[in-house]
Amino acid sequence: MPAVKADIISQLQQDILRMQGFRSKLTDTVPDIDLGPVNTAFPNAIFPTGAVHEFLCAFREHAAAATGFVSALAGNLMQRGGACIWISVARTLFPPSLKTFGIEPDKVIFIDLQRIKDALWALEEALKCDGIAAVIAEIPEISFTQSRRLQLVVEQSKVTGFILRTSTRAASTTACVTRWKITPLSSELEDGIPGVGAPRWHVELLKVRNGRPGAWKMEWTDGKCVVIPDNATPVIVQEQQLKAG
Amino acid sequence: MSKRFMSIWFRHLLTDWHVRRQPALQHMPFVLAAPVHGRMIITSASPAAEAQGIRTSMPLADAKAIVSSLQAFDDEPERGAQLLKALGEWCIRYTPVVGIDLPDSLILDVSGCTHLWGGERPYLKELITKLRAIGYDVRGAMADTIGTAWAVARYGKITPIIDSGEQADALMRLPPAALRLEEDILARLQKLGLYQIGSFMNMPQSVLRRRFGQPLLIRLGQALGYETEAIAPLYPVPPYEERLPCLEPIRTAPGIEIALKVLLEQLCLRLQKEGKGLRTAVLKGYRVDNRMVQTEIGTSRASHHPEHLFRLFELKIPTIEPALGIELFTLEASKVEDVASEQEVLWIGNPGLKAPAVAELLDRLAGKIGEDSIRRYLPAEHYWPERSIQQATSLEEKPATAWRTDKPRPVQLLSKPEPVEVTAPIPDYPPMLFRYKGKLHEIRKADGPERIEREWWLEKDGGEHRDYYTVEDTEGQRYWLFRSGHYSGNQSQWFIHGFFA
Repeated sequence: MPAVKADIISQLQQDILRMQGFRSKLTDTVPDIDLGPVNTAFPNAIFPTGAVHEFLCAFREHAAAATGFVSALAGNLMQRGGACIWISVARTLFPPSLKTFGIEPDKVIFIDLQRIKDALWALEEALKCDGIAAVIAEIPEISFTQSRRLQLVVEQSKVTGFILRTSTRAASTTACVTRWKITPLSSELEDGIPGVGAPRWHVELLKVRNGRPGAWKMEWTDGKCVVIPDNATPVIVQEQQLKAG
Repeated sequence: MSKRFMSIWFRHLLTDWHVRRQPALQHMPFVLAAPVHGRMIITSASPAAEAQGIRTSMPLADAKAIVSSLQAFDDEPERGAQLLKALGEWCIRYTPVVGIDLPDSLILDVSGCTHLWGGERPYLKELITKLRAIGYDVRGAMADTIGTAWAVARYGKITPIIDSGEQADALMRLPPAALRLEEDILARLQKLGLYQIGSFMNMPQSVLRRRFGQPLLIRLGQALGYETEAIAPLYPVPPYEERLPCLEPIRTAPGIEIALKVLLEQLCLRLQKEGKGLRTAVLKGYRVDNRMVQTEIGTSRASHHPEHLFRLFELKIPTIEPALGIELFTLEASKVEDVASEQEVLWIGNPGLKAPAVAELLDRLAGKIGEDSIRRYLPAEHYWPERSIQQATSLEEKPATAWRTDKPRPVQLLSKPEPVEVTAPIPDYPPMLFRYKGKLHEIRKADGPERIEREWWLEKDGGEHRDYYTVEDTEGQRYWLFRSGHYSGNQSQWFIHGFFA
């Protein structure tokens, strides 16, 4: 009975995905975050909420770009009215700018801490709390054990976490579901008008568990993240990184 | 059995209170004054000031003209009621029913209480002597009705104790003001030459009603005893405190946890019944070696949820040092507030910041890392970037104005602008290149300038205005630069202030 066996295996795979925080099309018809072509990179073609995502931002400029992208994602999650918690060790975020990315800055609670240990504790506590739409943490470094704890927490609470890793050292392996790298791209205005246009990013999905990593050019226009078509086909990155997730 | 009431009149309630706090004022003339229509009016005067002709409702300036050494203090409007409440609660040792009669007297229902002190006279004497010993100048009187007790306490000259049924005789010689009448009725009685209650007490009711209205009849009836009058008794709130004596001294953390759970359950049960929640609570442990250890928690909104409160205390348990053992635990809710009853699950749709889970999370965070590291921002109406946000004081506070998006603002703002070296050959044009932290950035695109003037009415030390430029370098990285002050060739000072997404 090979057909039955295949059924069972696919069912089990779906179960595993669900337990890890991925959602299936059957249970949620309306996804919170719709990134267009980027969706194909994720299992079930749905952006995994209820998971921890990490962003590599070694430089200030990259951190700014990642902040913009994360705010855009969190803004989508906050549409349902939840609050957002922003934990950081050395915060330079300017709250009024969040409004541009669809977040009401007064709905964000900032927690500014001195020590990484405290920040990680606060992050874990915040992720445990199911009344919250998104938790964003700016911390220099996170170890595998620490990220594993966070993953176990979000599997229970279904809160979405974003970690901005600001360390310049080579990133160590973590238990996060995805690893992103956002770098700024030069903006363009229509018809070559001089001046600075809408934010544009080179969005690299370096790792995604059970999905296909890729890279896209994206732009934030009219309150949406839009993929710029000329490089829409996902670039398959090295086999090595695929396995590491 | 007929009722007996006692009225205690504090002749100088507020000034006596000031003398108690500052004994030096004992024989000095001083007054309390409050602003009325832009001038200071005396609300109460000390005995020494009254002796020199200073009366209440006199302008303070006039009084100072009479007595040049007169001291004046600000009158706090709620003080009198607070004092009377405290004194009333003290009086509960003499009778269970004590009522406040604003502005300056107490009414005690002493029916069936006086024999415990050996009769009405010793009872009255005991109470008055005690109050005088505390420092209050009081007069008391006892009668069958509140009205008569009140009248005799203030105007009586013969005896403070009016025997049962003798109200009419006692009131006969007193002025009409002793009946607690309105100012205009008193003026009319005065005009008609009715200087004593006896002059009109026996007039037909219909005549009195026609001339002076119903209030006079009611007051007269209340004093004589054919109209009933009730007092609103004080109910002192027993403190929100629970005790747990332990058979064996507690020395372990699990032991403390169990004690805490028991105490919290008892306390929360009571709070729930009364619709209250605690804002701060103190857990005290009395140790075998006669020392006391304590720990305190605070919540951001009133709560009577034992599990949540336990989680807050749980973070503090390691700080409790049991040494040889704790033999008695007390849990006291030092600050208690009304709590809105929680909605059913059905209504928890879009709770946002108001979600109880969020408030409980913030309590936990505040308990461990301190309240000042939790911040929330509201827009402030300033263009100067550093001043365009203000910290919200509570979770409920709403923004007074909308967040602005019309001008570009960077995602990351440096707390202090950092100087950069630029090449800007043309005035009021963005620079061609700039060097920040040793790296050269060549500018491809730019927007601006956006001039932001400094707010000289807020700043002490003068500075220059800022001309902000949004610039993008060859790598697509976007920055917020500004020039401080006007363009002045190579002397212009340029700064980097932020990074755009």
